[in-house]
Amino acid sequence: MTTSRADGPYDLAVLGAGPAGLAAAVTAAAAGARVALVDAGPRVGGQYWRHRPGDTGAAHHGWAAFQRLRHGLAAHAGRLHHLPGHAVWHTGRTAGGFRTHTLHDGTEQVVESTAVVVATDAYDRQLPFPGWTLPGVFTAGGAQALLKGHGVVAGRRIAVAGTGPFLPAVAAGLAEAGARVVGVFEAGLPASFVRQPLTVAANPAKLAEGAGFLRTLLRHRVPYRTRTAVVAAHGEDEVTGVTVARVDARWRVVPGSERRLDCDTLAVGYGFTPQIEIPLQLGCATRRDIDGSLVATADARQRGSAPGVYLAGEVCGVGGAALSLTEGELAGLHAAQAVGAAVADPAVVRRLVRRRTAQRQFAAALHRAFPVRPGWLGWLRPETVVCRCEEVTVRTVTEAVTELGATDPRTVKLYARPGMGLCQGRVCGYATACLVAARSGREATAEELRGMAGRPIAQPLPLGILAAGDPGADPESGSGIVPDAGTDESSMPAR
Amino acid sequence: MVGAACAYHCTSAGLRVTVVERGAIGGATTAACEGNILLSDKEPGAELELALLSSRLWARTAQALGAERLEYQEKGGVMVAASPATADGLRKLTAVQRAAGIDAVDVSRDEVTGLEPNITPEVAAGAYYPQDCQVQPVLATARLLRHAREHGATVLPGTAVTGFVRDSRGAVTGVRTDSATAPLIPAGRVVNAAGTWGGELAGLAGVPLPILPRKGFILVTEPLPRVVRHKVYTAEYVANVASGDAGLQTSVVVEGTRAGTVLIGASRERVGFDRSVSLPVLRRLAAQAIGVFPFLAEVALLRSYLGFRPYCPDHLPVIGADPRAPGLLHACGHEGAGIGLSAATGHLIAQVITGAAPDLDLAPFRPERFEETTV
Ligand SMILES: Cc1cc2nc3c(=O)[nH]c(=O)nc-3n(C[C@H](O)[C@H](O)[C@H](O)COP(=O)(O)OP(=O)(O)OC[C@H]3O[C@@H](n4cnc5c(N)ncnc54)[C@H](O)[C@@H]3O)c2cc1C
Ligand SMILES: Cc1cc2nc3c(=O)[nH]c(=O)nc-3n(C[C@H](O)[C@H](O)[C@H](O)COP(=O)(O)OP(=O)(O)OC[C@H]3O[C@@H](n4cnc5c(N)ncnc54)[C@H](O)[C@@H]3O)c2cc1C
Repeated sequence: MTTSRADGPYDLAVLGAGPAGLAAAVTAAAAGARVALVDAGPRVGGQYWRHRPGDTGAAHHGWAAFQRLRHGLAAHAGRLHHLPGHAVWHTGRTAGGFRTHTLHDGTEQVVESTAVVVATDAYDRQLPFPGWTLPGVFTAGGAQALLKGHGVVAGRRIAVAGTGPFLPAVAAGLAEAGARVVGVFEAGLPASFVRQPLTVAANPAKLAEGAGFLRTLLRHRVPYRTRTAVVAAHGEDEVTGVTVARVDARWRVVPGSERRLDCDTLAVGYGFTPQIEIPLQLGCATRRDIDGSLVATADARQRGSAPGVYLAGEVCGVGGAALSLTEGELAGLHAAQAVGAAVADPAVVRRLVRRRTAQRQFAAALHRAFPVRPGWLGWLRPETVVCRCEEVTVRTVTEAVTELGATDPRTVKLYARPGMGLCQGRVCGYATACLVAARSGREATAEELRGMAGRPIAQPLPLGILAAGDPGADPESGSGIVPDAGTDESSMPAR
Repeated sequence: MVGAACAYHCTSAGLRVTVVERGAIGGATTAACEGNILLSDKEPGAELELALLSSRLWARTAQALGAERLEYQEKGGVMVAASPATADGLRKLTAVQRAAGIDAVDVSRDEVTGLEPNITPEVAAGAYYPQDCQVQPVLATARLLRHAREHGATVLPGTAVTGFVRDSRGAVTGVRTDSATAPLIPAGRVVNAAGTWGGELAGLAGVPLPILPRKGFILVTEPLPRVVRHKVYTAEYVANVASGDAGLQTSVVVEGTRAGTVLIGASRERVGFDRSVSLPVLRRLAAQAIGVFPFLAEVALLRSYLGFRPYCPDHLPVIGADPRAPGLLHACGHEGAGIGLSAATGHLIAQVITGAAPDLDLAPFRPERFEETTV
């Protein structure tokens, strides 16, 4: 093997160093476990606390909690190893636990552990619409990452569109950084949110955070329009403007309400898609959450259905940073206990479980207040691209259903190629599933989403690096064919 | 694929057909292969006869339905030998193949490089097989079934066969399904085209058929410009072809696709229906592919997928009427060549049902052969 092994074996490998993973790693290390905190990024913090070296945290929320976790990281440095720049591409089972394979600096690294905590977060859920592939159209998360990670403002005149509480946060950040935000266009009607007073009252901090963003928008005279959507982006080589329209409760365009708006940038977000490649590789059960995303199923102890696998943060249900911290702490406590470190204090667990319950209710209330409604399908044109990697249009997807008789998204993928390109359906998987299901007048099922979500290789990986781990690459062990247990070989060519 | 080919050829022969599929059309093993229609990997014998017929029928089908719509490509195959000794064995093989009707062209080292400019310089010689083709198998399955539907066939996806209907003399007269709307489908003949599950299905009719899964992985790279032009594989060693046990041991297969991705296949393991991903197998495939095309070392792997070839102990498919269950025919067990062999299989099944004289002797493929004791 030319692959090298990062120090270990560890009691615990925590995959992802955002709020959930950081909390899990620090909590488990504090309980005495030997922990590897593995993350593709150069610094801990994940997307939520994405920052630059020397960042003072002025533009961040919950920075104090982040500071505490960073101190925890330093305090337990003896048994908590942060492995930055490690992109996990596969986690498999071994006799004694797990082997996590990463790509680091052009080499393969292997992290051995007894248990794993998967905290790989989520990315922006994208819906196609005419013009969405034009340069200048960003995901809301992408625009924010650019700002937080590089201090770059995505454009000069920016429209922010989609649905969910993330939009005001992104818009406020952009406005504070000096961009002219021409408007926040929220397709939903979040007023329904305040009709769930109990849930809201139990999470005052979250609510204050949201109100803070809205105040910032007000101060910068950024209009926040509900039941309004960007239904098309225009431009030849890049975005020069968008069409904004009023939509009804099902997100159908109110006829005559369309108007053009000039802008050079559009940031769009329709919620999030959890990254569940690793739980799927490990055989964890998944389910369709109330926001329509496929998530890995976690039990009360944050365990996945596969033994030794713990889940924290968006992978087991999109709920934001505060919930991720709580789930991370719980996962860290239980995982540490399971690998023989300190037994979790029942009082602490009870307190965390109560907090998790309240936070999950809050998340659920948000999901109910900001659902994706099927009317967006009506914004599409036959020539609108669904899969940008393979340039598959709505027309082609429709034909796979009507002409060739496909009834599920995986079959549509196999007939018409959406999801077969570079991103392997990360971007278009959800939209394709919705589009196909809508043709039969229903919503996409968990089974259908699953058929688009399994990826045995979680990150594109140079073949040379994969091959370097082949024992046959060592001339001593000879070449030979791929193992075939059996005796009556006809040894015909592989095909 | 095989069931669709049966439906296509049977409807074309004027038969009324219902296709019962428990999953999605083309979603099982057919979705997990490379879609090659090959002659280059065959040695003289019953399978080659079947492959030669199939190759002709595929060309005809592609012409009838539109090659583009099936992504049918006459891309040609190139077999390369790394050492002079292997090259020697390859020459013997091609001579035998030519005698059996395969268009096998011996090519020099320079000619190999001409055919595949990016190939490793460590090539002694090769063989070129212009008849080797490729289809997009799932698309082809859908297109054949669409044609069958237009000719009166009914296609029932998401419907599993759960048993057989028999008359008083034991003849098969239809199937039972798990569908609420079509729980019983009467039929004069039932064709078992259940691939790797063909043995299971035959079992429901009380006739044993030893079809077992043989797992295979394929690697898919990022899209590239046209860097691999043919289907390329290595003749790692060619044993004494002239002697009966022509053991042609070949390893990796590398080919470009219309979409630009390069497919690297395929492993063979007998591990039952185990869907787990085996990194050692993926590593070996990657290493062997780089051995043939060194530039691949820098190319990104996007994904891998896997499937289970339906194989019989003698590595021949099961095609034809089953004397143990009158009314039941089999068309399964095609192992690593079900796409290629599907056209001939469908055609022969249609001939058997319509009572026409089969174009080929079906004896080597008879379903009851595994129960016969050799005296
Ligand atoms: C000519 C050609 C060109 C190709 N080009 C590309 C390309 O450009 N890009 C690309 O990505 N692929 C390409 N492929 C690969 C090809 O499309 C595969 O056939 C296909 O990707 C495999 O199906 P899948 O993605 O659904 O597989 P998987 O990802 O293996 O399957 C999807 C899901 O279904 C489940 N599943 C599938 N079958 C079963 C079963 N029988 N039982 C239980 N669960 C099951 C799996 O567990 C998984 O969750 C090409 C193939 C060919 C022949
Ligand atoms: C890695 C790999 C590479 C390969 N490469 C090639 C290649 O390049 N060229 C080639 O020719 N072949 C290749 N093959 C082999 C080829 O994939 C198979 O031979 C072929 O797909 C078999 O087709 P089939 O129709 O018999 O089986 P399948 O495609 O599996 O179809 C059988 C169908 O029967 C259905 N079924 C089963 N039981 C029931 C039931 N009770 N009721 C209703 N429906 C049922 C299943 O759902 C399934 O859809 C490859 C295979 C693998 C695994």
